[in-house]
Amino acid sequence: MAETLAESAAPRPAAVGPAEARRPPMSVVGPVAWARASLFSSWWSTAITLALAYLLVRWAMGLVDWAFINAIWSVPVNDQGIAQTQACRALEGRGACWAVITEKYRFILFGTYPYDQHWRPLLCILLFIGLYIVSAMRRFWRKELALVWVATLVLIGVLMWGGILGMPYVPQERWGGLAITLILATFGIAFAFPLAVLVALGRRSRMPAIKTLCIVYVELIRGVPLISLLFMASVMFPLFLPEGMNIDKLLRAQVAIILFAAAYLAEVIRGGLQALSRGQYEAADALGLSYWQKTGFIILPQALRLVIPPLVNTFIGLFKDTSLVLIIGIFDLLTAGKTAVVEPAWQGFGVEVYVFVGLIYFIFCFAMSRYSQGLEVELNRHRVR
Amino acid sequence: MSDSAVDPRLLRPPPKRGMRLSWADERFRAIIWQVLIVGVVVGIVWWLVRNTQHNLEVRRIATGFGFLNREAGLPIGEHLIEYTPASTYARALLVGVLNTLKVAVIGIVLATILGTLIGIARLSKNWLLSRIAGAYIEAVRDVPLLLQLLFWYTIMQMLPAPRQSLNPVTGVFLSNRGLRLPWIQWQDAHSFALLGFVIGVIGAILYVRSARAKRMQDGQPRKVWPAVLGLVVVLPLVIWAGLGAPWQGDIPALRGFNFQGGFSVSPEYFALLAGLVTYTAAFIAEIVRAGIQAVPAGQWEAAEALGLSRSRVMRLIVLPQALRVIVPPMTSQYLNLAKNSSLAVAIGYQDIVSIANTTLNQTGQAIEGIAIIMAVYLCISLSISLFMNWYNARIALVER
Amino acid sequence: MKPLRLATLRALGTAALVTAATFPALAQQPAAAPTGATLDAVKSRGTLVCGVNTGLAGFAQPDSQGVWKGFDVDYCRAIAVAIFNDPNKVRYVPTTAQNRFTALQSGEVDLGARNTTVTLSRDTSLGFDFPAINFYDGQGFMVKASLGVNSAKDLDGATICVQPGTTTEQNLTDWARANKINFTPVVIERLEELVSAYAAGRCDAYTTDVSGLAATRSAQPNPAEHKILPEVISKEPLGPFVRQGDPRFADIVRWTHNALLTAEELGITSANVDKAVAEDTRPEAQRLLGKNGDLGKMLGLDNAWAVNVIKKIGNYGEIFTRNLEPIGIQRGPNAQWTQGGLQYSPPFR
Repeated sequence: MAETLAESAAPRPAAVGPAEARRPPMSVVGPVAWARASLFSSWWSTAITLALAYLLVRWAMGLVDWAFINAIWSVPVNDQGIAQTQACRALEGRGACWAVITEKYRFILFGTYPYDQHWRPLLCILLFIGLYIVSAMRRFWRKELALVWVATLVLIGVLMWGGILGMPYVPQERWGGLAITLILATFGIAFAFPLAVLVALGRRSRMPAIKTLCIVYVELIRGVPLISLLFMASVMFPLFLPEGMNIDKLLRAQVAIILFAAAYLAEVIRGGLQALSRGQYEAADALGLSYWQKTGFIILPQALRLVIPPLVNTFIGLFKDTSLVLIIGIFDLLTAGKTAVVEPAWQGFGVEVYVFVGLIYFIFCFAMSRYSQGLEVELNRHRVR
Repeated sequence: MSDSAVDPRLLRPPPKRGMRLSWADERFRAIIWQVLIVGVVVGIVWWLVRNTQHNLEVRRIATGFGFLNREAGLPIGEHLIEYTPASTYARALLVGVLNTLKVAVIGIVLATILGTLIGIARLSKNWLLSRIAGAYIEAVRDVPLLLQLLFWYTIMQMLPAPRQSLNPVTGVFLSNRGLRLPWIQWQDAHSFALLGFVIGVIGAILYVRSARAKRMQDGQPRKVWPAVLGLVVVLPLVIWAGLGAPWQGDIPALRGFNFQGGFSVSPEYFALLAGLVTYTAAFIAEIVRAGIQAVPAGQWEAAEALGLSRSRVMRLIVLPQALRVIVPPMTSQYLNLAKNSSLAVAIGYQDIVSIANTTLNQTGQAIEGIAIIMAVYLCISLSISLFMNWYNARIALVER
Repeated sequence: MKPLRLATLRALGTAALVTAATFPALAQQPAAAPTGATLDAVKSRGTLVCGVNTGLAGFAQPDSQGVWKGFDVDYCRAIAVAIFNDPNKVRYVPTTAQNRFTALQSGEVDLGARNTTVTLSRDTSLGFDFPAINFYDGQGFMVKASLGVNSAKDLDGATICVQPGTTTEQNLTDWARANKINFTPVVIERLEELVSAYAAGRCDAYTTDVSGLAATRSAQPNPAEHKILPEVISKEPLGPFVRQGDPRFADIVRWTHNALLTAEELGITSANVDKAVAEDTRPEAQRLLGKNGDLGKMLGLDNAWAVNVIKKIGNYGEIFTRNLEPIGIQRGPNAQWTQGGLQYSPPFR
């Protein structure tokens, strides 16, 4: 392996100079040359290419067989409303039973939300996606963006709860599916963000008591798994509150996620604060700005800009981590997917549901991760030069 | 904590005047702020504690760790130390901690190896290899680990039943009950031989160090391998032979319901380990790639100009420099892996979370149970951080 | 920052932290009375909050349209009808085996209807009341028929699938010790995961309540391949549970259950209840249906409460048939006492 590595990192052969106007011979450019250079450069490389190509083709053929050729897309339902899944069972794993998705996709996406009101969580999902897209565009990176967030989140809350404008009230226990995943992740980041900024500033503060508090908070949260915080929210939190006052399970999980996300975000933001040159702080001091003026107008706008790519990465992590609420019984996307196959008729078709749910997670995370990579390149362009 | 650089004002002699009790005085303000914030935090904590005490009293939940000495009565499938349902909760929890460590330690080692290989593959000149490595990294990183674990566990269950188990080599059985390998019957002589091996390795490391130090002084190359071989291989063998060279094979065989004998890996453990390793390896691969790419090409050229072979360039020039970039993010991946092992609870591997959960469910001691989980993970995280920081300091560039 | 100030602040900070640490010791408070009137809270809220299973076929499970269905769910609906005369005034909070008790203790739910075994310690030290036992069950084993096992005593050396954190797990270890049986446990929290582990052959035997075994067996592609062993190793009386301290609410739960039973005993169903109200002359039927006496008022409900429950939900037998027979659970011990079962309602008088 070391050899492969050495080759890859070794200087490439000198490129053809711009002065040369003639087309280079076929042995230097073109598909044949490319294949020779990048697939068959040595016997070792050739062997790897052939082995991988063989495995890839076999795997792809198996996948196509399972997912498309042998797959069943729908099954009949008897008069008692019970799906007749014998055809799927007869496949014995040779093909996918996508019928489970056709039958259950609305439950997986929206959970126990009232069936005739599904347009509301759907609209919320679209609003969330719109919010992500707007936040991703650099020309919207202004202070007003915060207002857009507040407005959208309020709108989503109104849509989900209802109770006004002729929309029936839907209590929180009935929310579910993808909407819950998006709510947990987005509200998590939205509320964690201001907290994280304060903690990051506190950790760099010169006041020892505040600094200690912030360090203890960040290190404590980062030292334990999210599961233990969720258990705490689920089992212990009710003990913390005075009698008679109780907070919804979803809200408790949301609080745990906010506290968790804030600790990680605080470290990301601290990175940005540290990356800022001392000159910025000194110049602001020289202007006679107060601490909050200095922080609000000079330091934070620059520091936050620096940390946008790692912020997006933290968000991706958080988005995936919301799936852990499965363990405390909240109906997020993954829990809804798993509950969909509890019904006896559909038991045993977990793989299809996992693939479906996995694809949804993948689409969201992949889009965000591509965005973050692109952004990183863009923001670092001036440094490369 | 030493992140804030020394304030240049500190270098000046402090001004003589004392603190004024006015909002205009920066120091006074700082004190007020701190008292205020600490007061608020203390107030909230006090309020929560008071509520908790009150609630516990009302619900007649006894606090304290007295339950640890009670009989657990919970069955545990995998235990590294002796355990029966008649053992105490304390012992059950210890079994859980050891199970967590078993998956975390082996997971870290395997994830590092796999991640490094994939990271190198990502940089390979072979287009297909590099693309597949890239696709793997993207696919694995963008799907929640919990989903992957459930998927792995489903895959494990698709293996044949014990009576139809796959038997690739004599004595090796793969079924949905896990993997069974032949093993030797462990006796005291083996324990002593293992002890000898550990001592031998430590001795060899010390010997190699002193040899290197001497070489630094006089420049004479020394042959170290005979002594190392003697310490690491011959010493344990001699101990083993001296104790009568016991050698009794323990071949697994299907008796009754299950395979008996041999060394076994349960499907739950395997699914958890596979999930954690493949997931973390994707992140490690990216770190390794970035680390190697961070070494300037000039380093390669310069080393080659010195006439060093490629493998030596890699080993002596590139890797040490790449490591400095790799180690800090690697530390956080190790921490993540250790913490993610808590997802074991979803697929039935009995780690500390799983056992503490059952404990708190049976005894009603929620606060103690969660405190134990948190304390265990804090200790594990702290140990990993300390070790990696020590290692990082060791490999750090010694700057003038 | 000059050193002097640093020291001052540090001292201040330390003092604050020390104070924080000592406060809890001072924070003793006399115990207050237990949480009061659940019923009042339910009435003023306008809905009943029911803690149910996160998904257990036949007992509580959302269907493809996200509507909760099942035996336990019907009990929640019945109590909602008794209080509000509206089966839809229920909110379902899915609870896990772990947080079901905290959820009720903290007041997050008013009523737990979640396959919970009545035990002495749950009744006393956890601070609950179990007003009724609506399902008599017992723990048993299921094995693959091809294994050739005919008795649970033959399971020595077997791998057994069991759900952790429940009485099932403790019964299993007690039984194994009493019978000197060694077994390897496979413990998985989520039921569907556990069942698929058993079905895939990860375990030789699967242990849970016999009703659960029957349900699992009937859901298998070929039920004849699985055998439920004759031994029943424990008693599992399941029932709804409420917080201690509100006897009126507990009464409503208890007598709603009894009304369902009595209705079945008297042959009153959702189909014929209107006719029974008009024509039935049996004294107990008249009392149950509120034609005679003030039994509803005594519970703090409308006198027609039982009529409403039976009309909207059906009697015990209907609930059982609707939810549990499709998944293969027979009446067995849950038959009426007149049929040799254990379900026996005190008189409506």
